[in-house]
Amino acid sequence: MSRRLLSLLALASAFATAQGVRADDVQVAVAANFTAPMQAIAEGFQKKTGHTVVAAYGATGQFYAQIQNGAPFEVFLSADDTTPAKLEQEGKTVAGSRFTYAIGTLALWSAKPGYVDDKGDVLKKGGFQHLSIANPKTAPYGLAATQVMDKLGLTQALAGKLVEGQNITQAYQFVSTGNAELGFVALSQIYKDGKVTDGSAWIVPSSLHEPIRQDAVILDKGKDNKAAQALVDYLKSPEATALIERFGYAH
Amino acid sequence: MPLSAADLTAIRLTLELATLTTLLLLLLGMPLAWWLARTRSRLKGVVGAVVALPLVLPPTVIGFYLLLSMGPNGAIGGLTQALGLGTLPFSFAGLVVGSLVYSLPFVVQPLQNAFEAVGDGPLEAAATLRASPWDRFFSVVLPLARPGVVTAAILGFAHTVGEFGVVLMIGGNIPGKTRVVSVQLFDHVEAMEYAQAHWLAGGMLLFSFLILLALYGRRQHRPRWS
Repeated sequence: MSRRLLSLLALASAFATAQGVRADDVQVAVAANFTAPMQAIAEGFQKKTGHTVVAAYGATGQFYAQIQNGAPFEVFLSADDTTPAKLEQEGKTVAGSRFTYAIGTLALWSAKPGYVDDKGDVLKKGGFQHLSIANPKTAPYGLAATQVMDKLGLTQALAGKLVEGQNITQAYQFVSTGNAELGFVALSQIYKDGKVTDGSAWIVPSSLHEPIRQDAVILDKGKDNKAAQALVDYLKSPEATALIERFGYAH
Repeated sequence: MPLSAADLTAIRLTLELATLTTLLLLLLGMPLAWWLARTRSRLKGVVGAVVALPLVLPPTVIGFYLLLSMGPNGAIGGLTQALGLGTLPFSFAGLVVGSLVYSLPFVVQPLQNAFEAVGDGPLEAAATLRASPWDRFFSVVLPLARPGVVTAAILGFAHTVGEFGVVLMIGGNIPGKTRVVSVQLFDHVEAMEYAQAHWLAGGMLLFSFLILLALYGRRQHRPRWS
C-alpha cells in the first residue's frame, strides 16, 4: 500500500471518531439529590442509544444563575418545578419540553439503627439535640420538611434544634456523620432496590407536605442536539421510570 | 435600609467571630511563630508545613475533616464530650475553632517573618544589659516586629471575614449563631434574591478593598524596620 493511501486512511478514521464524539455528548445539569439514579440512567442511556451523558451535579439555584450566564448545559434536571418554569418564561428553554421526571419522597432518617420508628413518633418524644433539614428557602426537600413539622404541630417545639444544610446532600451529611441525631433527607439518598440501606427511617406520607415535583427541561443550547431530545425521551421511557422508582422516587 | 435584620445579624456575628479569632490567633500564634523563627530543630520543616496547609487545602476539605473529628464519633468530639461540653459543630465555639485552623497561616507567617527579621543582634545586646528573656521579647522584639504584628492581625481578621467553606460544612446555618455574612450571601444568591445579594456582596468587596488599602497604604509611607 502506498504511503499516501495510508495517511488518507488515517485521516478518514480520525474524522469519523471526531464526528462521533461531537454528536454523541449531551451536557446535563442535574439536581444533587438525583445523583445516584442519574448515574444509572446515563449507563442505560448509553447502552441503548450510544449517546454519552456529561453530567454536572449541584444546587438548583446555582444552576439557574449559571444558565442565566451562558453555562453550556443542554438539559436541566431541576430539584423543583419552579426553576424550570422560570427559565421557560424567560425564553431560555425549548418550548414545550418541560415535564416532571420524578416526584421526591421525604424521609426522616437517623444513622443509628432503631432510632427512628416507622411512624416518626421520635419527633414528638424529643430527646435529641439536632434535627437536620435542607435550607427551606432554597431546597424543596427543606421546604417540605417544614411543612411536615407544621402539619404535626411541632414547628415551635423543634425550632431550637434545627440545623440547616445548604442542600439535601449536606442535610444528609450532618446525619451520616452523627453530628445531628436525625434529619429530613431525600428517600433516594438512603434507599436502594426497594429498601432503606442503613440506619433507621420513617418514610414520610406524601399527605403531610406539598408534592416535591422535580421538573426537567431542554435548554436553548440543546435545541439542535439530537442526544438532548433522546435523553428526554429516555427519561420518559418505562425502563427509566422503573429505575427512578427503585431509587425511592414516585412518578 | 437595603439590609434586612437577618443581614445585620449576620454582619454582627461575622465581626464577633473575626475579632475573637484574631485575638486568639495572635495569642496562640505568637509563641508558635517565635519558636518557628528561632528554632534549629528538625521539626521546623514539619511544623511550618502543617501551619501552611490551610493556605492550599480547599476550605471544604478542612470543613469536612473538622465535621468528622468534632462529631460524636471523632477524636475532638470525644474529648469535648468527655469534658461535658457536648459537640462543637453547629455552635459559635465550633466556628471559632474552625476559623483558628483556617486563618492560622495568615497570622503565624507574618509574625514569623517579622521575628526572623529582628535577628540576633538586638537580642544579644539586650542580653548583655541583663534583660530577662520575657523582657527581651516584650521590650525589644515586639516593638521591632510591630509592623508584622499589625499585618498578621489585619490578614487574620480579613481572612476570617471571608471564610465560607469551613462555616458551610460545620455551621448548620443557624441565625445569630453560625449564619455569617458569606453564608447569608450564598443564601440570597441561591434564593435568587439578587438585589439583597448585591448589597452584601458589594459591602464585602468594599470592606476587603479598604482593609487591603490599610495594609498596603501603610507600608508605603512608613520606613521598614532595618
